[in-house]
Amino acid sequence: MEQLDRLEAVAVPIATVNCDTDQILPAQFLQKLRSDDFGRYLFHEFRFGKDGSEVDDFILNRPPYRPGRILVANRNFGCGSSREHAVWALYDYGFRVVIAPSFGDIFLANSLKNGLLSIVLPQEVVSAEIARLEANPGATIFADLDEQKVRLSDGSIRAFEVDPFAKTCLTNGVDELGYTLERLADIDAFERRHVGHAA
Amino acid sequence: MNVSLNSAAAPQTLVDKIWARHRVTTREDGQDLLFVDRHFIHDVTATAFDMLRARGLKPRSPNRIFGTADHYVPTHSREMAAVNHPERRTMIEALRRDATESGITMFGLDDPRQGIVHVVGPEQGLSLPGMTIVCADSHTSTHGALGALAFGIGATEVAHVLATQTLWQRKPLRMRVTVDGKLGSVITAKDVILAIIARIGVAGAVGHAIEYAGSTIRSLSMEGRLTVCNMSIEAGGRAGMVAPDDTTFQYVSGRPYAPKGEEWDASVAEWRALRSDEDAAFDREVSLDAGDISPMVTWGTTPEDASPITGRVPDPADVADPDRRESMRRALVYMDLVPGTALEDVSVDRVFIGSCTNGRIEDLRSAAAVVKGRKVDWRVEAWVVPGSQQAKAQAEAEGLDRIFKSAGFEWRFAGCSMCIATNGDVVAPGQRCASTSNRNFIGRQGHGARTHLMSPAMAAAAAVTGRLTDVRRLMEA
Repeated sequence: MEQLDRLEAVAVPIATVNCDTDQILPAQFLQKLRSDDFGRYLFHEFRFGKDGSEVDDFILNRPPYRPGRILVANRNFGCGSSREHAVWALYDYGFRVVIAPSFGDIFLANSLKNGLLSIVLPQEVVSAEIARLEANPGATIFADLDEQKVRLSDGSIRAFEVDPFAKTCLTNGVDELGYTLERLADIDAFERRHVGHAA
Repeated sequence: MNVSLNSAAAPQTLVDKIWARHRVTTREDGQDLLFVDRHFIHDVTATAFDMLRARGLKPRSPNRIFGTADHYVPTHSREMAAVNHPERRTMIEALRRDATESGITMFGLDDPRQGIVHVVGPEQGLSLPGMTIVCADSHTSTHGALGALAFGIGATEVAHVLATQTLWQRKPLRMRVTVDGKLGSVITAKDVILAIIARIGVAGAVGHAIEYAGSTIRSLSMEGRLTVCNMSIEAGGRAGMVAPDDTTFQYVSGRPYAPKGEEWDASVAEWRALRSDEDAAFDREVSLDAGDISPMVTWGTTPEDASPITGRVPDPADVADPDRRESMRRALVYMDLVPGTALEDVSVDRVFIGSCTNGRIEDLRSAAAVVKGRKVDWRVEAWVVPGSQQAKAQAEAEGLDRIFKSAGFEWRFAGCSMCIATNGDVVAPGQRCASTSNRNFIGRQGHGARTHLMSPAMAAAAAVTGRLTDVRRLMEA
């Protein structure tokens, strides 16, 4: 995954509440391997008609929003299925930041492990930003991971929280497996005294 | 130092107790490294093994990992030749290859123990009280019914567990959902969980592990508890659990991988301590009265869009929140429903009885009791897809297959099938399906498919009448 530090990009509003991962990446594409370009399947049910042609009024098909790399979504974004493919679809399309009032727990974990920065901002802030982005196609947002701040399309600056460990991974483009592998001896020692239920 | 006094002074919930027993270490940011007792894999795990291979790593603890093919298996045949889609075939074959290479036990298409991973785990005695259990599937919450901490993870996390048998996690908030009282006739665990989700919403338990408690939950069978915990994720809760009791121990006893003899006695003694302390504090408490729960059915495109079958399609105009109003309006367009329509006036084209929510033997019995002596409406295509080959065999031993088949149902082999529609079992565009599965999401059962979630008894009633039906009218006449 790419390193992520600062990004200014066109922002795409998705007003749907409870946008589940089935909507983000339909289950028929779970059989594709990671080497595939999942960006082609992002929001497939809404983005393409039965014959595969683009649905003109779907937001990603409208020219000003096409270069979007920041998604502004509504509450409980990414709820439902644990499929990491939903994050891959957003990432492969080009998205690097998703802003929402809240996220599904598993989506949130998956996003931070794949170079997609999930930012939680208050509902009223997000609702107002979605309305602005709908009224001003092609408007941009600036996200600064290092400073933990975003500048919204009206110029207002908002601070956000990010898990410090996830921040390090995102900033350096690394994952946490390497970190854990250095602690295998601790895990081995734990397992020896663990009173759980070995198979 | 007065350690014992301190620990006595700090009452713990069930999730606290299991968490404490699995914490290897804590990171600077407050996340705990949790040891994973049981890792289930299925035929959507290929990418995680590829990630492992790319780093030159192998599964650390193959003896803690069990696999079964469920998402891509055909349900009309047990032959690999019936998997005529190359990508689906690759997924099933990858599971076999990855399991064989690593010495992982795997229940393949030809194995009598094959089935949906969340049915097979408890059935084989692989999911036990007090365990930490993960799987690359959000319905892993199911296994919490045994008093385990079980939750779904993504592919990168699967690779992490394969390599280290651990996972970095932040301890969830604690939520208790208490249901007290006696359920009415033909009202089931599915109605209980749909009523809970309708009450708290699909984001109601985000960030929380739910413990289900109260006399109604206690009196549910193990199958019923598995159904309730299964849909915890539909309320946003990553885990759902029920403290183990005699119902749990009777269910687990004698299962193939359950402890035996002295080990069994020691295990039960240990499991009895797995309950929230009397005065343990929860971050959120919700209570329901079982007497208020009716047979439930969904009308929209999220599981919180659920109403008693006696109700009507709601009117978005009555909703104050603009986002919710808009999502209801869109849902009703997708579902082709008009506000004010009596739910019992909605006709169905398809019926699907199965899934990790409702594909167990008790579910099949409950549906068969409704179907017995009746015929599937001529306009309806109705399927039963048992959740496991064991459940299928048990049902056949009890003659349930003959009841379904003589009524006009298709009686199929075990798999996820039409719940997620990845194996080719799909509801056609525009068709309306009465389904015992867990998600009524847009396109979930196929492009343009319209899903109504309900219990097996309610789905059986819809099959014989051709429309959404209050099953009580069929059973109490």
